[in-house]
Amino acid sequence: MKRFAALFDAIDQSTKTTVKVAALANYFRTAPEHDRMWCIALFSGRRPKRAVTTTRLREWGAEVAGIPLWLFEECYPVVGDLAETITLALPSNVTTDDSSLFHWINALRDVYKADETARKAFVLDAWQRLGGTERFIFNKLITGGMRVGVSQKLMTRALAAATERDEAELAHRLMGNWHPDDTTWHQLIEAEDASADASRPYPFYLAYGLEVDPAALGDTEDWRAEWKWDGIRGQLILRDGQHFVWSRGEELMTDRFPELARAVDFLPEGTVLDGELLVWQPDANHPSSFNALQTRIGRKTVPKKLLAAAPVALHAYDLLEWKGEDIRQRAFAERRALLEAACADLPPEAPIRLSPQLRFSEWQTLADHRENARSAFAEGLMLKRADSPYLAGRKKGDWWKWKLAPLTIDAVMIYAQAGSGRRANLFTDFTFAVWNGNDLVPFTKAYSGLTDEEFRKITAWVRKNTLQRFGPVRQVTPHHVFEIGFEGIQASLRHKSGVALRFPRMLRWRQDKPLQEANTIGDLEDMLKTYG
Amino acid sequence: MTRPPALTFTDKGIYCPAGDFHIDPWRRVDHALITHGHADHARGGMRRYLATHAALPVMRHRLGNIDAQGIAYGDVLRIGDAQVSFHPAGHVPGSAQIRVEVAGDVWVVSGDYKVIDDGFSEPFEPVACQHFITESTFGLPIFRWRGQADVAADLNAWWAGCAAEGKTAVLGAYSLGKAQRLMTMLDDTIGPILTHTAIENTNEVLRTQGLVLPETVLVTTDTDPKDHPGALLLAPPSALGAKWARRFGPQESAFASGWMALRGVRRRRAGDRGFVISDHADWAGLLWAIEQTGAENIYVTHGYTDVFTRYLNESGYTAQVVPTRFEGETLDSGEAA
Repeated sequence: MKRFAALFDAIDQSTKTTVKVAALANYFRTAPEHDRMWCIALFSGRRPKRAVTTTRLREWGAEVAGIPLWLFEECYPVVGDLAETITLALPSNVTTDDSSLFHWINALRDVYKADETARKAFVLDAWQRLGGTERFIFNKLITGGMRVGVSQKLMTRALAAATERDEAELAHRLMGNWHPDDTTWHQLIEAEDASADASRPYPFYLAYGLEVDPAALGDTEDWRAEWKWDGIRGQLILRDGQHFVWSRGEELMTDRFPELARAVDFLPEGTVLDGELLVWQPDANHPSSFNALQTRIGRKTVPKKLLAAAPVALHAYDLLEWKGEDIRQRAFAERRALLEAACADLPPEAPIRLSPQLRFSEWQTLADHRENARSAFAEGLMLKRADSPYLAGRKKGDWWKWKLAPLTIDAVMIYAQAGSGRRANLFTDFTFAVWNGNDLVPFTKAYSGLTDEEFRKITAWVRKNTLQRFGPVRQVTPHHVFEIGFEGIQASLRHKSGVALRFPRMLRWRQDKPLQEANTIGDLEDMLKTYG
Repeated sequence: MTRPPALTFTDKGIYCPAGDFHIDPWRRVDHALITHGHADHARGGMRRYLATHAALPVMRHRLGNIDAQGIAYGDVLRIGDAQVSFHPAGHVPGSAQIRVEVAGDVWVVSGDYKVIDDGFSEPFEPVACQHFITESTFGLPIFRWRGQADVAADLNAWWAGCAAEGKTAVLGAYSLGKAQRLMTMLDDTIGPILTHTAIENTNEVLRTQGLVLPETVLVTTDTDPKDHPGALLLAPPSALGAKWARRFGPQESAFASGWMALRGVRRRRAGDRGFVISDHADWAGLLWAIEQTGAENIYVTHGYTDVFTRYLNESGYTAQVVPTRFEGETLDSGEAA
């Protein structure tokens, strides 16, 4: 654990990417194999099963710290992280421990099977042996989520540096269903035939937002355009007579979208599609709103009634594997031609549809398309260079998303709540209201879009202008007006205001705008009529 | 028999009716007794001031031409019907707890304090009393300070590491007290200590009154970073990452404060390192100080007042929250203790 703790400190104590990558690469070169494997696993979101509930951890933590539970609970929101709260509140370790990371992970897995008395004895013993960062990591292993300012991308870059292998190839190897118990360093990183797992997806190619006039991209002939849908990005894999559906967050969603099982009836083995999962009613000429898709997202199994009410199809826009061959290096135009040919004869009952391309020869035509995106139920446009390969991860240059400008409304902040983690102790989560006569009606929450400096300012203001506290929520004097941006608006019975917004966030703190000039509920209703 | 208490809490601050004076008032009053020179405790505009001899130079430097009387630690002064004395608070040089006795009723206003000896400020001395007014800046059990020598070792290892890599070590700390305490912890055989004007001004005041500080080099527009390889640059937090610091080329930044105990705050500061060094008492320090006074009645001011008060009440004290405008070392303020 000491070596891993030293790695963690090196990463945590620097804001510089080069330093973090160097520390990780050094770890990959020098740590024992099992520790290396678990390091990759932890930094790519894999972790041992939770051996202890957080409720028990809190109780035991308070007990060992010698403080009442309520006091421990008061500490938690100040720290913003349970693992760290325990690390800080407990007395220093009395002995030290030289066991490896792998040892502790195995010990945690063994204790998972034990009864509660044994679990408690194990955890309390560990707290006596491990101090500081080691204790923090141990607690993190239990509570889950080693998010420490290291993205998977950064970790992959370090792995590439340590192994002198290609970064994109490594990113592909690290995708999907592998687990440190079932594979070795050699199989995962080095073996030539890495196609062992039929379910393994390709890394998604992600686009940056276009912030310049598209004319700056050059000749229109070099570019292709399509709608940017507001659904779930998904990768459909057809291999070995099976099908797999992956989300962009590398979550296996196969069972959530049983409609896609029929894809094997219409497309050959060795096909991998990139597209958007959308609810689309059989006779409709546009997708249903994201709300309809939301009824499907949370469900691991889908009742028949819901399947009929909210049918999902994959709207394919790229072909990554064809007849068992990885074709990501071929030009987009070529992949697209193959995709169109493959989808040409699909019957209406097939769960796959071709996501159409938009014709344009002038950039102005494309700008007009974009203006119409909302009526096509799209968020904007995707621009893809005709000769671009399918890259891994977020890369600039070949693909751009050109989203619609958000809808906006000026609203009054009426409640504030502190964030957690990096935002612990800062008021970052706000509730906003619009005028209804002389009353303010809350209609949305938002918690992103301001700079740290602005959050600091508003936090100091909230502390001095709190009218009432409801647990962690503070009602504040109505005073500050913010411009709220959002992607869509829907009628909602669950909200007092009667509307629900899609992706609300703060665009600007309107310190220039007096309270009385914020928008009204009537303005929101007008927007609902126009865009809902 | 009802007699007014020796000290009361008013909208101008803590007030002693028997002596007609205020302690650390935040509005204009005739007679202000000041615990220490930080801005939230020593405000301008009072007709007369009383503070320790060691606190006065900084107050004069900050507040200009004030009518101020000095007093030695431990000396007893009669003001009206009150007996007043000042006792070391260990917070910064010259800082004091103020003891007020009226007809056998003894109160102590602690101001800001820490209970460990930092080898620089006059060490904290417990003062027996019946009523103790305490801060609670770090009044939660998650705050436990390590020994100063351990932190100093970390700090110097960081500086030496920067120097070895040809980087300037930029250390952010508050200008009055913390910066000078850090200077006494630094191993100046590693390299030169460069200072920002705001810090050097305070250095000058403290040196003039006889405090011993290591040699420093004031950074001016003429300072050439190349002349000072391996330097540590000491600056107020606001100067960190500013243009002023950037001209020193490759660098690592660090910030020294009790809040650096929290990872979230450390990351929000966007510096490389955080060193946990505070001029306030930690959880154990607060509890120890309260116990030492023998007081039964505890008044809790700035910090985690609600939580700390509840804990004290559950521990057998009679405690209450007293609203004040002292800010102590707030989490995100630009400039404080």
